[in-house]
Amino acid sequence: MATPEQRLAHWRANLRVLSTLLVIWAFVSFGCGIFLADALDGIRIGGFKLGFWMGQQGSIFVFVGIIAYYVWRMRKLDRQYGVNED
Amino acid sequence: MSAQVWTYIIVALSFTLYLYIAYRSRAGSTKEFYISGGGVKPIHNGMATAADWMSAASFMGMAGIISFQGRDGGVYLMGWTGGYVLLALLLAPYLRKFGKFTVPDFVGDRYYSQTARMVAVLCAIVVSFTYVAGQMRGVGIVFSRFLEVEITTGVIIGTGVVFIYAVLGGMKGITYTQVAQYCVLIFAYMVPAIFISIMLTGNPVPQLGLGSEVKEGGAYMLDLLDTLSTDLGFHAYTHGVRPVWDVAAITCALMVGTAGLPHVIVRFYTVPSVSGARMSAFWALLFIAILYTTAPAVAAFARANLLQTVTNATYSEVPAWFSQWEETGLLSFEDKNGDGRIQYYNDANQDADFQAMAAAKGWQGNELTIDRDIIVLANPEIAQLPNWVIGLVAAGCLAAALSTAAGLLLVISTAFAHDLVKRCLKPDISEKAELMYARVAAGGAVVVAAYFGIHPPDYVAAVVAFAFGLAAASFFPAILMGIFQKKMNREGAVSGMIVGIVFTAAYIIYFKFVTPEHNNPDHWLFGISPEGIGTIGMFLNFIVSQIVMRFTAPPPQEVQDIVENIRTP
Repeated sequence: MATPEQRLAHWRANLRVLSTLLVIWAFVSFGCGIFLADALDGIRIGGFKLGFWMGQQGSIFVFVGIIAYYVWRMRKLDRQYGVNED
Repeated sequence: MSAQVWTYIIVALSFTLYLYIAYRSRAGSTKEFYISGGGVKPIHNGMATAADWMSAASFMGMAGIISFQGRDGGVYLMGWTGGYVLLALLLAPYLRKFGKFTVPDFVGDRYYSQTARMVAVLCAIVVSFTYVAGQMRGVGIVFSRFLEVEITTGVIIGTGVVFIYAVLGGMKGITYTQVAQYCVLIFAYMVPAIFISIMLTGNPVPQLGLGSEVKEGGAYMLDLLDTLSTDLGFHAYTHGVRPVWDVAAITCALMVGTAGLPHVIVRFYTVPSVSGARMSAFWALLFIAILYTTAPAVAAFARANLLQTVTNATYSEVPAWFSQWEETGLLSFEDKNGDGRIQYYNDANQDADFQAMAAAKGWQGNELTIDRDIIVLANPEIAQLPNWVIGLVAAGCLAAALSTAAGLLLVISTAFAHDLVKRCLKPDISEKAELMYARVAAGGAVVVAAYFGIHPPDYVAAVVAFAFGLAAASFFPAILMGIFQKKMNREGAVSGMIVGIVFTAAYIIYFKFVTPEHNNPDHWLFGISPEGIGTIGMFLNFIVSQIVMRFTAPPPQEVQDIVENIRTP
């Protein structure tokens, strides 16, 4: 059983991971997909304008990546602070 | 074999499968009925969540909207997937740790208040019924077009199947039928997409086909679409026309609304552990992303195919699918200039050169009205794919509609039997009686949903904004603060929810029902449309909660201990 200090430390570490990932989340969707989209459209990758692609596909791939990283990182943190369930 | 025979065979097979699964997974206790016993594997829960979430609107509506709006349709793509990031990072693991059965459970216990519980129950029921009506309309369309039965018969068959597995199996039955339904719907979505991608671009991956060169002419797919669109007076496909702030507000409302929808949240109670909840959020988004990254490709292919097929085509020589869809009323042609040809263009375009060009060609107004719901359904026919693909698409659309309907009906039944009867009216009720109430409520909700399917209210499309706006302005902030702000108290949360809901509902009602003629950017608050107003409602909720909290008593120690406890696995 983890001590209250360990649990608090785990929570703080969790908040750090969370906030970094949410910044990325907001950047790819609201940033690249909406507000910067017109500027990014100047860059072309094959038949895609980058801003258009971020809004319709790119951001979704990043979202999947964000959750995948979160699952992996939290599993490590759970063990590190002794709060893992298994 | 004809498309209709194929459709009968495939739909009948899929329905038999759902019923068989339902029979194998009957619920014996309230825990099984509400949360499937809490022992669902994360990957299964991920699939079930994906099917639960992807409704008739995702399956047939979304690509249609993107097809007509081009870039602006991206709000649905980002909005309906980005919400899973919020769900996975901010809500799911902690709600799973909290346990219990429902969203009102959390709101009521965390804010030690029956008022809060009641507000949550009411929101859950309103949001879910709004949504169910749309699903049943989808079921009706599929039956009437592909099986050529009366919409009423179609809806009764569809609801009959849901009735059996939702009432019998509860969450347990729903979970495993949803796993099967995900497989059916994703297969049905991908097969025509891959076929069409190969036909148009030679690339078997639709996601990449969208950015490839078309076989004929060698131009890039998207550039070709831009040209085809602007030639007919529409805005270029890859350009947006909505103001960016409105796009951002709608995207935000959809994301936050997604994370706050009770039928999605409740799925995370069914896994055995906190890390399981995180993992199943990952699987869910992965499974959803397969369809959501394909949708923009389907939309673009369908648009290009459609424009090339109908533009200036002779009406007497149109393909068979055209006449069949005309019978459903979802496609209609009116020969305004009497030349026997179809002129489909944007007659609202005010550009002088364009108007001169249209006049010179003898065009006297747009002659073709296309309901965007048929884009996905008619796609295989427009692209002349084999008949079995058409049957498959019909079965996929039914799977998407039924799986979502079942999830929503369960929320309604649980809100009634558990949150209302057990937690408020008759706390000493036995488990057996509660299960009885749950089954009866599920049955009653199915009947109401069937009624909506047969007599779809005209305002269905208008009230979809309600579901997301309400979820964004009520549940999301309340749950978020309940987890991340230990000092948030009853008074703060309740007043925040009420202000958020009243503001959002009033704004939507004002523009959609009271003065629809004012529903344009000139009259909107900060230029934000009713679809995006949930974002402002959410901020209001946060602000009011913070202010009220400062002037009222902090939550009792045991509640603060609960918060402490749910923060770590």
